[in-house]
Amino acid sequence: MSVSYLGLSEINGPLVVLEGVENASFDEIVEFTVEGIYGKEKKLGRIIEIYEDKAVIQVFEGTESMSLTNTHTKLTGHPMEIALSEEILGRTFDGVGRPIDNIGPIVSDIKRDVNGKPLNPTEREYPRNYIRTGISAIDGLVTLIRGQKLPIFSGNGLPHDKLAAQIVKQASLSEDSDEELVIVFAAMGVKADVADFFRRTFEENRVLDHVAIFLNLANDPVVERLITPKVALTAAEYLAFECGKQVLVILTDMTSYAEALREVSSSKGEIPSRKGYPGYLYSEFASIYERAGIVNNSKGSVTQLPILSMPNDDITHPIPDLTGYITEGQIVLDRALQGQNIYPPINVLPSLSRLMKDGIGAGFTREDHQDVANQLFSSYARVSDARALASVIGEDELSLTDKKYLEFGKAFEEQFVSQEEYENRTIETTLDIGWSLLHILPKEELDRIDTKILEKYYNRY
Amino acid sequence: MEKTGKIYGINGPVIYIKGKTDFIMGEMVYVSEERLVGEVISLTTKMTTIQVYEDTMGLKPGDMVYGTNQALFVTLAPGILHNIFDGIERPLKSIAEDSNSVYINRGISVDALDKNKKWDTTMQVKVGDTVFPGTVIAHVPETKSIIHKVMVPPGTVGVVSEIKEDGAYTIDEEIVVLTLDDGTKKSLTMTQIWPIRVPRPVNARQSVTKPLVTGQRILDTLFPIAKGGTACVPGGFGTGKTMTQHQIAKWSDADIIVYIGCGERGNEMTQVLEDFSKLPDPKTGNTLMDRTTLIANTSNMPVAAREASIYTGITLAEYYRDMGYHVAIMADSTSRWAEALRELSGRLEEMPAEEGFPAYMASKLSAFYERAGYFENLNGTEGSVSIIGAVSPQGGDFSEPVTQNTKRFVRCFWGLDKSLAYARHFPAIHWLTSYSEYAGDLTKWYEDYVGEDFVKCRNKILAILNTESNLQEIVKLIGQDVLPDDQKLTLEIAKVIRLGFLQQNAFHKDDTCVPLKKQLKMMQIILYLYEKCKELIGMNMPMSILKSEDIFERIIAIKYDVPNDKLKMFADYKIAIDNFYNKIMETNA
Repeated sequence: MSVSYLGLSEINGPLVVLEGVENASFDEIVEFTVEGIYGKEKKLGRIIEIYEDKAVIQVFEGTESMSLTNTHTKLTGHPMEIALSEEILGRTFDGVGRPIDNIGPIVSDIKRDVNGKPLNPTEREYPRNYIRTGISAIDGLVTLIRGQKLPIFSGNGLPHDKLAAQIVKQASLSEDSDEELVIVFAAMGVKADVADFFRRTFEENRVLDHVAIFLNLANDPVVERLITPKVALTAAEYLAFECGKQVLVILTDMTSYAEALREVSSSKGEIPSRKGYPGYLYSEFASIYERAGIVNNSKGSVTQLPILSMPNDDITHPIPDLTGYITEGQIVLDRALQGQNIYPPINVLPSLSRLMKDGIGAGFTREDHQDVANQLFSSYARVSDARALASVIGEDELSLTDKKYLEFGKAFEEQFVSQEEYENRTIETTLDIGWSLLHILPKEELDRIDTKILEKYYNRY
Repeated sequence: MEKTGKIYGINGPVIYIKGKTDFIMGEMVYVSEERLVGEVISLTTKMTTIQVYEDTMGLKPGDMVYGTNQALFVTLAPGILHNIFDGIERPLKSIAEDSNSVYINRGISVDALDKNKKWDTTMQVKVGDTVFPGTVIAHVPETKSIIHKVMVPPGTVGVVSEIKEDGAYTIDEEIVVLTLDDGTKKSLTMTQIWPIRVPRPVNARQSVTKPLVTGQRILDTLFPIAKGGTACVPGGFGTGKTMTQHQIAKWSDADIIVYIGCGERGNEMTQVLEDFSKLPDPKTGNTLMDRTTLIANTSNMPVAAREASIYTGITLAEYYRDMGYHVAIMADSTSRWAEALRELSGRLEEMPAEEGFPAYMASKLSAFYERAGYFENLNGTEGSVSIIGAVSPQGGDFSEPVTQNTKRFVRCFWGLDKSLAYARHFPAIHWLTSYSEYAGDLTKWYEDYVGEDFVKCRNKILAILNTESNLQEIVKLIGQDVLPDDQKLTLEIAKVIRLGFLQQNAFHKDDTCVPLKKQLKMMQIILYLYEKCKELIGMNMPMSILKSEDIFERIIAIKYDVPNDKLKMFADYKIAIDNFYNKIMETNA
């Protein structure tokens, strides 16, 4: 495989075309050596289309400084792979998995194809154990389960990074477990400040030696972003399913990933579907998000916490929309709550955890958890009706019940949702706050709580 | 001679062969030495196009493509039930065992059905019998719940000349030999193969007259689906499409369930597999898996197989229908299937129609939904295939092409509503946007088998809900206090209907599935309360006095407080309403 081809026949955005290649295969990785004006430069590329002896190659580092004559191309004969060992914890890598912390390469015989393979549904184990984050809105209403993929839908300027950092700090598996959580952090096109913020947070909490960091910053090559989450998840799968660790993967920001996909797609001249994104955006997202879960015969788990910023705060935009269809729920941050100085500004109504129902209740959290959560959701939904009415006829004209709902709504946001950045609430505290808030409402309004549970808990608070 | 071709180009799941080839449109092919399964999707003199059902990573130009002379088919024989397959009928459990991996590797060749297992077989014909297509030649207890009826394949007529004793046979062993009209012999095994894109033949389509009873109040009562009917469940993410499908798969009175997870979450399929292996079938008491087959093509599996999974599912369903069973298909979700079409169409650089979807999407959708129906089978038995398809509209917007085109071909529309889901009102099927065209067809059945006033009650309930929505418009502007008392009563009763009747708790042991008789009794008692309150209001009693009693809350709690097998308790509630009436009369008259 040491044949090297000199020259290219076409360069178009992040894509180059090479003709006259022999024995190239689809999805293979190639190495470029570019003799640029400032000396030799190495780049990596992936074959994304191939016709007889003509290969279309996507260049991860971008095509700057490449010309039709100055480039040597070498086939590697294999798809994108990374070397893995437990040593990756505590290390920092670039977007394609090369160490950038000057401690030297990862030496290991274990190499894995970063594209991953679909998990066989019969070999999966249904996730049931919850992860306590110490944040009431999440633990109480959108419970995070080990092995779940639960994205944070955010917007520019909202404190999603702070929230993710708080989850990392406080996340403990169930109380009696001494298993440690390891973190795989992948940044796609984020600002250097953000990457720095996370690194500082890890440092302050002395978890840095439990974290593997993969960085593709905003000024790093765009196409490289397409491979970053795959590299990070390959590392996560290795740590979870082969080393038996509990892995939490933070992917930020998925919007940059989708943008990069759109850019490459349009360079390829593909037919766009919605808002210019390629028709396979769903499949591409799925190939990332589905790499979470628990499998038979392994103690480990991969839990995903992707962060995405909704363009223009629009939840129906293709990126959050397609994500919501694949992930097992979502945590939605809200600008209006942020404006009222509520942290974390989680809007619980559109937020959801699909795996919650099987991971809470007696034996997991507390028997009244589901009922309290249902009642809080249903009552808080009524609050928006009451608010809408109040804005038309004025608060004074509201019926007594509606006034109670307004009071409940305010208290819910200020006491239940809102908490300190360092406040780590137990699940009992969260549910107790929930009950005390429900006392604001007339008892007959509590129609979602089973009569028995109501009798047992109502008068305790 | 084996037909072959050489790969010229590769673009994602699509590969090209240059020049004129002998392949047939729709032919199944094997690609490269790894023998990845593919299908021929377009032919010109210059180029043959093939879609590959597995990941094409590592393929090279020059790799061979082998023809099979057969359209993409499924294997039909005992062993389908209590099993989980991928989109092209490869059993996932065997894949896991063979590859000894938690992942699905490529190019795995496993038999669709177990060829070594011996099935207890009881012959149903004897030497000298003339048999026709569909004639049942043997019975095999496939699971505890279902007898698999081995049939003569379509297109075969003959006289039984040899027959094996009753006993244990594999699916490939010859069990019957026929002498055909032209004197040639033909041996029959338990196995049939059938191309997935061709509907299996029937004698005649019949009109639908029986409901598919689901135990879900809002479906059975307000928007019923017939056996052999089609329904779609559209809704944005988190509105409960999958939950609705699970509930129907668990509790409906179909004999067989085919559950197609098309481009959905892996954990969901695992959940179905775990739950259904434990939960008892309400009809037989055996596990639900005994009457279920799962087709799992999760969102990260190859996109072309996602497109095929829907057809694989419906072909399996038709096969069981031919035996005289009532089959219900859950297709979750048809939008993913449409997107797979779009993705492949995009790779082929076809001219897109609306939102990038190919123009032929509508005709493909209609061809799929038309395979549902209530039929007289070739062997004279009756069977049905009902399709319940989930639709995942982009942005939850029902005006997008998949929802709109689906609406044209289904007769039942169960629209899921975001605001109901946000308030955790489940099932979040909205009573104003949903409809069922079967309500009229099924009136007679409901009147004959449930109760004469069932349909009347249903219509009254619907009318109250409609009035409520009009009143709510006013309430939104001026508040509830200024309404006259009779309108306040309508709102109150509508609330009782919404909370006490429409809302149903899937996690409550009694409420998860409710028999029709109880549904009727619940409607009657709510309407009785309405009548009595109307009388009181007519005598100028204000709503505040009526509300001071807890009768409304008690009626709402009926769904939890009255077990499904103690319907006599409804008499107590009638008495309670009478007492409430009398008490108000005494204290306030």
